[in-house]
Amino acid sequence: MNELSLHILDVIENSTRAGARLIEITIIEATDRDKLMIEIRDDGSGMDEETLGRIMDPFYTTRTVRRVGLGIPLLAQAARAAEGSCAVQSSPGGGTRVTVEFRLHHIDRQPLGKMDETLATAIAGNPEVDFVYTHRIDDENYRLDTRELRLVLDDVPLNSASVIAFIRNDIAEALAEMKKRSRTGTEC
Amino acid sequence: MAKIKIEDLKKIKERVQAENALRHGDRRVRVTVHMGTCGIAAGAREVMTTLMKEIEEAQVSDVVVTTSGCMGLCSREPEITVEIVGEEPIVYEYVNENKMRQIFRRHILEGEIQTPFVLARGKEQS
Repeated sequence: MNELSLHILDVIENSTRAGARLIEITIIEATDRDKLMIEIRDDGSGMDEETLGRIMDPFYTTRTVRRVGLGIPLLAQAARAAEGSCAVQSSPGGGTRVTVEFRLHHIDRQPLGKMDETLATAIAGNPEVDFVYTHRIDDENYRLDTRELRLVLDDVPLNSASVIAFIRNDIAEALAEMKKRSRTGTEC
Repeated sequence: MAKIKIEDLKKIKERVQAENALRHGDRRVRVTVHMGTCGIAAGAREVMTTLMKEIEEAQVSDVVVTTSGCMGLCSREPEITVEIVGEEPIVYEYVNENKMRQIFRRHILEGEIQTPFVLARGKEQS
């Protein structure tokens, strides 16, 4: 995978298959500390100690169709390439938390990529799941909570094409503005 | 929420509700985009984005979209399954944005199976 937002989508899809009803995605870009932190937390079925112990093994999977599980090992490799780390915490019934850190300006760090498309795809394919997406770039902050959207939408499903387009555009615009401001510096 | 414009969202809600009121019957088509690690790496997200844009442009509300995991044929990804009510499911292989547009316009809207892109017929085995 050539961008981190694809890895994030992969972890999200794992969460939905673990029966998660709420998935929280937090991204923090701290330029002063040269850190990029990504956390994906879910309330799914979680994993036992044996499964968790083998999660970095690409030849371990709980699936029966395809006997390799590359998602987390690929993410961990991307983190290591940028002097970062990847950790997974989980317990049966207690959900799972994946945290990844990168050196923000490392030459081998994969670009974050299109988070707007990743979130729109995750919501479109899993309308029964709620998502909280928080993205911080230094002092700037963006937050999208689908539980708040549902209150406005009433009986209109989250994955209606118009709603998905709205979400995708909102994220893209907000992130572009945040990046622009973080580059130019905000006036006091 | 920092950016979301609630008034815009309310307008979307009213528009979708009005469209649904005019629609007769239930969901006619289900499209599954296979979203395993292999599918995502091969371009499944871009396929999904194209599909959602096509649905919005065509203003249809009887097409439901979902995702599923890897079906075991990683080298043929991205794959999608089109299920039209009362018909056999069709699995398409090596889907990209252009093929997705063609499948949507010809198969999903007009019922014409796009044979050159078909991998298999019938339900996937889990």
